[in-house]
Amino acid sequence: MAGPEIEHLVQLLARLPGLGQRSARRAALTLLKRREQLLAPLAAAMTDAAAKVKTCSVCGNYDSVDPCAICADQRRDPSLICVVEDVASLWAMERSGLFKGRYHVLGGVLSALDGIGPDDLFIDRLVARASAEEVAEVILAMAATVDGQTTAHYLVDRLANCHVAVSGLAQGVPVGGELDYLDDGTIGAALRARRPIA
Amino acid sequence: MDWTDEGILLSLRRHGETGAVATLLTRKHGRHAGLIHGGAGKAARAALQTGNRLQVTWAARLSEQLGRFSWELAGASGSVWLHDPLRLAGVSAACALSDLCLPEREPHRAVYEGLAAVIEGLAGQDWPSLYVRWELGLLAELGYSLDLTSCAASGATEDLVYVSPRSGRAVSRAAGQVYHARLLPLPGFLLDDSSGDRQAVIDGLSLTGYFLERHVLAPQGRGLPPARSRLVDRLLA
Repeated sequence: MAGPEIEHLVQLLARLPGLGQRSARRAALTLLKRREQLLAPLAAAMTDAAAKVKTCSVCGNYDSVDPCAICADQRRDPSLICVVEDVASLWAMERSGLFKGRYHVLGGVLSALDGIGPDDLFIDRLVARASAEEVAEVILAMAATVDGQTTAHYLVDRLANCHVAVSGLAQGVPVGGELDYLDDGTIGAALRARRPIA
Repeated sequence: MDWTDEGILLSLRRHGETGAVATLLTRKHGRHAGLIHGGAGKAARAALQTGNRLQVTWAARLSEQLGRFSWELAGASGSVWLHDPLRLAGVSAACALSDLCLPEREPHRAVYEGLAAVIEGLAGQDWPSLYVRWELGLLAELGYSLDLTSCAASGATEDLVYVSPRSGRAVSRAAGQVYHARLLPLPGFLLDDSSGDRQAVIDGLSLTGYFLERHVLAPQGRGLPPARSRLVDRLLA
């Protein structure tokens, strides 16, 4: 049907999240149709990213500079560290534009099923950062899952001697959420996290 | 073929973009896996947490196939403890141990009922004792029950404070004194209906852990799951 170059392109695209064989073929076709506007700039951007993007040696974020722009930003509050599972979570926090501290990317969560133990995560590096005098609070922004919260409780123990306040994100009714559609666990968490309104 | 049953979610492994392979301990069908379409998606994630009770229907063209689960949440009995480190460690340990020790597709109703009781009993204060009893029951169900009725050496039925690591039988204080260092401590709450204090629970976990590892896990080339070690660490802290 197509030459080996196109077939190779389709196979590579199909490995990306959200793309199956059919959508990869459509993407390849669009790229080939719009060669100048899409294919060439995309190829250049990918080559550029492959050559320049690295992992920040301080927080674990991706950036073309090390330390990353967030760690190097003097306007950010150095007394706050937000611990996230991965870079996707960091980007989600940044999208909100509400957090003005710094981050620490843990690299995953403890998971017996996937064989991920404490040594596989950047926990020692976090403890070292949290022990610095300028750090006052560590916010654990882990997923509200069994693995996520198991990791959070483990981190609380590990940070016990760092003399910092350790907090976690609240859990409960999401914005736009109706109680009728929430599961028991979420309603329970929301009840426990209730606060005075007036 | 298909069947409907209730089960406790032991583990969930991502499969593809949004699907997941779930392993449940079901009441009538034992530890059973199946594919859940959309199981790793946003909508299902809150409900599909370890320790939660599900009402499931399993269906496949042939019985030996992986099959797929359609499901409904019957109780968020596991995920309600996300805020409590010790109880969360208890749920995780019980589910990880069930997942590791039980053979697939072999009904173990007593283990299921026991696990359900442990998870439901987490609200109470004496759940750690209940947990140790459940592990003892798990050993018995797998064919390695400990004989705690009388002393292996003297036949005495009173003052049983040790267990022989070799035979799995109780040993009285008098008979075991000489071999004290080589025997496993037997917490008193395993001999009656009382609940044990923290040290007794730790002794109980050492006892069951020793035999689970030796009889069930070591022959498979495995050790106790990290989740269970974390439970012991939490109790020791």
